[in-house]
Amino acid sequence: MISRISALAAALMLSAAGTAFGQTIYPLDRAEILAGSQFDFKVEFPPVQDASAVSVTINGQDAKSVLTQPADFLPSEDGERSALWIRGATLAKPGKYVVEATVRGAEPVRVTWEVFATPARKAKNVILFIGDGMSVAHRTAARILSKGLKEGRYGGELAIDDMPYMALVSTSGTDSVVTDSANSMSAYTTGHKSCVNALGVYCAHNKNTLDHPKVETIAELVKRRSDMAVGVVTNTEIEDATPAGMVSHTRRRADYNDIVGMFYQVQPDVIMGGGSPNFLPKSTPGSKRTDDKDFLKQFQDAGYSFVTSNTELKAAVQPGHTAKKLLGLFNTGNMDGALDRRLLKKGSVDKFPDQPDLTDQVGAALDILSKRDKGFVLMVESGHIDKYSHVLDWERAIFDTIMLDNAVKLAKDFAAKKNDTLVIVVADHAHPVSIVGTYDDDRKGDTARDKLGVYDEAKFPNYPPADAEGYPTSVEVSRRLAFVFGAFPDHCDTIRPHTEGPNVPAVKGDDGKYIANEKNCSGPQAVRRTGNLPTNQPQDVHAADDVVLTAIGPGAEQFHGRIDNTRVFRYMANALGLAKP
Amino acid sequence: MITFRESSIGRRPLVLGAATLLVAALISPVRSARGEEALTFDGLYKSFGVRGLEFSDRLLSLKDSIVSMKGYMAPPLKAESHFFVLTREPMALCPFCQSDAEWPLDIVVIYLDGTAPLVSAGDPITVHGRLQVGSWTDPETGFVSQVRIVDAAFRRS
Repeated sequence: MISRISALAAALMLSAAGTAFGQTIYPLDRAEILAGSQFDFKVEFPPVQDASAVSVTINGQDAKSVLTQPADFLPSEDGERSALWIRGATLAKPGKYVVEATVRGAEPVRVTWEVFATPARKAKNVILFIGDGMSVAHRTAARILSKGLKEGRYGGELAIDDMPYMALVSTSGTDSVVTDSANSMSAYTTGHKSCVNALGVYCAHNKNTLDHPKVETIAELVKRRSDMAVGVVTNTEIEDATPAGMVSHTRRRADYNDIVGMFYQVQPDVIMGGGSPNFLPKSTPGSKRTDDKDFLKQFQDAGYSFVTSNTELKAAVQPGHTAKKLLGLFNTGNMDGALDRRLLKKGSVDKFPDQPDLTDQVGAALDILSKRDKGFVLMVESGHIDKYSHVLDWERAIFDTIMLDNAVKLAKDFAAKKNDTLVIVVADHAHPVSIVGTYDDDRKGDTARDKLGVYDEAKFPNYPPADAEGYPTSVEVSRRLAFVFGAFPDHCDTIRPHTEGPNVPAVKGDDGKYIANEKNCSGPQAVRRTGNLPTNQPQDVHAADDVVLTAIGPGAEQFHGRIDNTRVFRYMANALGLAKP
Repeated sequence: MITFRESSIGRRPLVLGAATLLVAALISPVRSARGEEALTFDGLYKSFGVRGLEFSDRLLSLKDSIVSMKGYMAPPLKAESHFFVLTREPMALCPFCQSDAEWPLDIVVIYLDGTAPLVSAGDPITVHGRLQVGSWTDPETGFVSQVRIVDAAFRRS
C-alpha cells in the first residue's frame, strides 16, 4: 500500500514539475494590504526545487528588494516542497502589485495585490461588536422578546438596529463557502481572508500549525504604530476564536495554550472573558496547560490588575481607580449566558455565581480605555448566540442577543458624548435559522405539529413584558416562537425551552455516528427529528448566508451595500488613518 | 512526580475474599459490593475557581486505592483504545476531534487493563481500577490529567 501511494505521489510530483503547476503565492490573489502593515510573504514550489530554478518578482523586480526584508529559501520544507519566505514584509507605497513565481522553463504563476493607503484619521476610537453567529432571525426574535410586537408593530427599537448605516457582509473564506469563527474574525482583524480553523495566517501547507504565513492584526498594528490602547472583551473563553482573532497567528484555533502566550505578547490593555485553565501551570489542579508557565503571575507582573468576579471588577474600576491594564477571567470555561444567570440558574452559575454581565465588562473596559488620550480599539463579543444556536437552544441564544444589544447601547451612549467613536455591530457568520410561527399549547391535538400555528394561526407570542434591562421575565409561556433550524443532527425537539440546562441535542453512538440524546425524547410533545446533516455532525452548522452590519459614528458612512468581510478591517483602518506612520 | 508506567508495574490483582467484602459493606456506605470505594464527580474537588481547583480530602485519602466510578465515556479518538476520558455528562462533541470543543474540568482519565471497544457516549458506564491523583502528562498524546483510574476495567451500568 505504501509503495502504491509513493508511486502515485512520485507521478503527481513529476507531472507538477513538468507543467510547473502548483506554485502558491501568499498573500493570495486579490489580497488587499494596508500600506505599512506587516505580512509574511511565502511562495511554495511543489515539488522540491533547486534554488537556482525558481524566481519570484514583484512588479518585475526581485521580490526581496521590493519587500526590503531578507529572503529565506527552504529547499525541502516538511520534506514535501521548496519554499521561499520573506517574513515581516511591508509595502509602504499604495497601488497595484503583480507577483510572479516562476520555475525554470515554465509559465509563471501570477497574483495581484492592492496596497491601500488610508485617508486622514476621522475616529479616535473604534468599538467592534461581534454577535457570534447572529443571523436575521436572532435579531428579529430579540426584538420581539425585548420590545414586544402588537398588531405588527414593535414596541421599540433595538440599539443594534437603530444605526444610520447598514451593510450586508459576505463571510466565505479562502477554502470554503461556509466559514467558521476563526477565519471570519481573522478577516475583520487583518483584512485578509483565511481558511476554516485559522487565525491571522494564510493557510499554507506547513505541518506546524504555528508556522503558516502571518498577517498583522489590528491590535498588533495599533500597538506597533501608535500609542492607542486595545481591549478584548468576550463572554466565551478568552482563547476562543473570536477574541483570539485580535492577537493570534495559528492554523489551528484549538492551540489555546499558544494563544494565551500570544495575548501576553500583544498585551491588550483590557482582556476579559472565561477560560482561566490555560493560564495556570500544569501542576495546578484544573490547569489545561502542558507546561509550567504561570500566566496569571506573568500578566500581574506586567502590571495587570487581575479580577475573577463582578464584585472584583467593580472594585477595580471604582471612581478614582488607577488601573491601566486589566485581566478579568470569570469562569474556568465559557461564562454563563444571560438566561442562566438571570432566570434559570443552570449551566455553571452555581460554581460561578458572581460573573459579570457583558454590560458590566463593557462599562469597565470603556472606563479604562477612555483614559488613554491616543484612543483605543475595543472588540466586544457576545459569543453564545452562536454556541447556543449550535445546540438548538434558541431561547438562550436570544437572551444573549438582548445582552449584546444592551452592551451596544452602553457603547453608543459613550460614543454620543464626543462623536469621535466608530461603533460597528456585525456577526461573523450566519446560522440557518428562521421564525416560522408559534407553538401554542392551547391549540387542539397532541403532537408538536398540531401545536404549531402558521400564518394567521400563529398570532403573536405571549411572552411577558420585558424588565428594565430588556429581558422578558419568563420564557415558559403558552404561545412561544417557533424558531427553527435548517440543519441538524438526529435529535428530539421538545418545542419548549430547555429549563434543565443548556441543550445537548445529540450524542455519539456505538458506531461513532451522532444519535438523538434520549434525555429530550420523553416530553409531552417531544418529536424525533431525523437529522439532515452528515452523521459525524453533532450539532447545527454555520450557514453561508450574508450577515447584517450596522454602524454609527465617524467612518460609519463607508458601510453600505454588500461588502466582503475583509472590508470591515479596511474601513476601520480608514477611520483610524492606520496607514499613516 | 507520579508516572503511569511506574504505577502500572505495581498493579495489584483484584482478589478479595467473601469475608472482606462483608466487612467492607458493613463499615462504609460508599464501599461497593466488590470492596471498592465509590467515587462521584461531585466528590472529586472541594473548591472550583478561576485560580484552579482543590482536590477533596476524600479523593486524596483514596490515592492508590481501588475505586469505582460512574460516568460517560467521552468520544475517543480511536474505536479501540486503552485510554479514554470519563465525564460527568454525555459529551456531545469530541474535543480530540473538533477544534472548537472543550473538555470539562472535572474529567477523569481512564487507562484500561487492555484495549476495549468504544461504547455509546449516551450510555452510562461504571469503571473499576486504581486511583491516581496529581498532574500527569500522557507520553503518547501529551494529554494532561489530574485524576486517573489505572489498570481499569469498565461495564455498562
